[in-house]
Amino acid sequence: MSGLTVESDVDQASAGQRPARRGAAARRLVDRVGRVRELGILVALVVVVAVTAVANPAFVSPQSLRDLLLNASIIALLAVGQTLVVVTRNVDLSVGSVLGLAAFLTAQTFAANPGLPLLPGLLLGVLIGLACGALNGLVVAAGQVPSLVVTLGTLYVFRGLDFTLARGRQVNAADLPDALLSLGSGRLLGIPNLVLITLVVIAAGALYLRAYRSGRELYAIGSNPDAAVLAGIPVGRRVFVAFTVSGAVAGLAGALWMARYGTVDAAAGTGLELQVVSAVVVGGVVISGGSGTVAGAALGALLLGTITSCLVVLRIPAFWQQAITGALLLAAITVDRLVALRLAAALRRSSRAGRRDEGG
Amino acid sequence: MGQPGTGAARSAPGHPAESGRAGTPVVALRGVEKSFGAVRALRGVSLELFPGEVHALLGENGAGKSTLIKTLAGVHRPDSGAFLIDGRQRRLSGPAEARDAGIAVIYQEPTLFGELSIAENVFMGRQPLRSGRRIDTAAMRARTAALFDRLGVRLDPDRPASGLSIADQQLVEIAKALSFDARVLIMDEPTAALSDAEVRRLFRVVRALREQGAAVLFVSHRLDEVLSLCQRATVLRDGEHVWAGDLAGHTPDDLVRLMVGRELSALFPKQDVTPGEVVLSVRRLTREGVFVDVSLDVRAGEIVALSGLVGAGRSEVARAVFGIDRPDAGEVWVAGQRLRPGSPTAAMAAGVGFVPEDRRQQGLVMDASIERNAALASLGRLGPLGLVRRRAERRLAQDWAVKLRLKFARLTDPVGVLSGGNQQKVVLAKWLARAPRVLIVDEPTRGIDVGTKAEVHRLLSELAGQGVAVLMISSELPEVLGMADRVLVMHEGRLVAELDRAEATEERVALAAAGRLGVGG
Repeated sequence: MSGLTVESDVDQASAGQRPARRGAAARRLVDRVGRVRELGILVALVVVVAVTAVANPAFVSPQSLRDLLLNASIIALLAVGQTLVVVTRNVDLSVGSVLGLAAFLTAQTFAANPGLPLLPGLLLGVLIGLACGALNGLVVAAGQVPSLVVTLGTLYVFRGLDFTLARGRQVNAADLPDALLSLGSGRLLGIPNLVLITLVVIAAGALYLRAYRSGRELYAIGSNPDAAVLAGIPVGRRVFVAFTVSGAVAGLAGALWMARYGTVDAAAGTGLELQVVSAVVVGGVVISGGSGTVAGAALGALLLGTITSCLVVLRIPAFWQQAITGALLLAAITVDRLVALRLAAALRRSSRAGRRDEGG
Repeated sequence: MGQPGTGAARSAPGHPAESGRAGTPVVALRGVEKSFGAVRALRGVSLELFPGEVHALLGENGAGKSTLIKTLAGVHRPDSGAFLIDGRQRRLSGPAEARDAGIAVIYQEPTLFGELSIAENVFMGRQPLRSGRRIDTAAMRARTAALFDRLGVRLDPDRPASGLSIADQQLVEIAKALSFDARVLIMDEPTAALSDAEVRRLFRVVRALREQGAAVLFVSHRLDEVLSLCQRATVLRDGEHVWAGDLAGHTPDDLVRLMVGRELSALFPKQDVTPGEVVLSVRRLTREGVFVDVSLDVRAGEIVALSGLVGAGRSEVARAVFGIDRPDAGEVWVAGQRLRPGSPTAAMAAGVGFVPEDRRQQGLVMDASIERNAALASLGRLGPLGLVRRRAERRLAQDWAVKLRLKFARLTDPVGVLSGGNQQKVVLAKWLARAPRVLIVDEPTRGIDVGTKAEVHRLLSELAGQGVAVLMISSELPEVLGMADRVLVMHEGRLVAELDRAEATEERVALAAAGRLGVGG
């Protein structure tokens, strides 16, 4: 079939230049929407920071900005893993519990083995998370159970395990090696270590989702699960891997949480999952799968974190902080929906117009 | 049955190339069997595809065409029989392996990823790579553009697939097939939703593929298209291989006879009733892009069948009449009163009942009990102030269970445990409990065993005898011919024929359904 060329006749002649230009216009529109989504978050970020800075100029001091990034980094990290799961039309609600479990167990291991080097200790956190994620992935992929229910279940299972193992104890900063604590509080070239690690994970996640076949297949699965099967994509295996990665990242986040705060008990990271899902959605990852980027999700985390900090600085009561986070979430979803509808209509128009041009 | 050719010999395993065609078929099935539970979808089907031919796969709805296609696509694995690629026996592990063997399938329903670009859709899972196993986006785009150039179409590789017309989606699928040098291209009713110009463009592409040595399996109900495009055909009927051979010298009527060719049984007794007043009157009903200008009358005591191929718009008309979908134009009158469009509540209040096509999804609440389901349409009458009396609910269910000879253990059992035929009886009971004036039944006996089928037919006949106006949609011609006082035939969204009981024959109905018989026969 390789040498195929279709006789060109009426069609091609009448197709002319115009549809090509219209196609380009449609593409520009799509491009713009994609970029606008992340740009919109950036603009919102700048506005929020600027408004707060007017009220309190100290808010834009280097230290304050560093804190903003540092505070957002754990959520942003979790958002990377969550993005992988959400683009496949799934959700991982267990990340907060996985973080807590990994944080406590790693802290306990460090406390019990004072001579333990840094890297194997952190790796332990990742492995604990990986095991939790693999369990989620196995039940979702092999058991064909909706991920919402599975991870809601494991949210409680992992947290319960955490409490059982902790038995009310907590690990204090004094029990942890200094190298670990300085990892959590130190910086390189003025940027906090945790922020650097988060940036590396974001870059890796973004590269994977953009440039690797299996990454693209995650989008395909979320976009049209039936077609993914027909296209020969190993759907179960890919979904399993997405959950496993999400778990591993949550495990890493747990280890970093311990390094950052020094004090860890069984309640660490409780309720984080909803912040993570909010960040992902605000960051433009469509909850029904098929589109969204890691960078957007991380920016979403930064925006939500920044707003919380701003409200504190502006002395707005805590109740309003939650209400504003909620309103932002609704606004993000509304904007996404409106843009998607507009875009779909534009694409249909460009396709129809092209058809009219070609039809005899 | 008057079959042309030597059908039996060609279908026998171990006798390839009997039509004098030289060489090995690219793909061949020999005596393939495939069952789903108790349903035998394929019973000893054989098929040979040679390079450089366009081969038609013909058969009525439910003849097993889709199962055959999915078997070739690696989605289903045959229970028995041989699947040969290039003369060697193969057992495909899944769609990916079929693709690697050079088999491309274009399904009836679009299988594209709407959010992803056209280029990604074409190359999903096989994207060109550059260093570090990263996807080479530029190469992917360039190769997609080159494929579209070869196809002579203008589509932007970078735009998302969502919003593409069906015709353009098919072109993307064809580009996908070209991208991995498919040697076998299977197209399941590709022309069903295309305009004439789009069909011409598609045929140009298909002929070019054939000249390049590809084998194309073409499924279509449009027999004139089949005869103009295809060289050979295989005909299936009820999952069995009926005929295969050269199409040269055959007429559409021959093919219809082969596809239908079945004995008319006397299973379906419709008692003669003198029709009364017009009860249901549909006037110029239109839903853009689905059906156009449909007008019909059903009188009291009459059973009117709405016949046609799947996708002709029959179920859609029924849905619009009952008010599930809102029509764009036209009116529905019941007993002299105009129904509010788009309101099932209004239709029910006027005395219309609707037994939908898909009883598991639309007709029943599968997890709820038999009595709950039977009472579902009568809840307002089972107690004061909108409350439902359990006792009244049970009495209603009990009554109808007896009248319809329902086979059940307890009325509190979930309806899902019943057999298909008994489930259908519960759906019927639900509507009969409301004493409807008009009953619309969509495929009333699909997936029902023969005995219960006859009971459902007897029931419909009795209802008509009591003066109910029945509008029946059915794809089973024997059922249509046995039950209906009048047969209306739809083709591509239009009513194309109205046949009286006396003039309705399998052939005439099938010809009209294929768009080959004008209005009035």
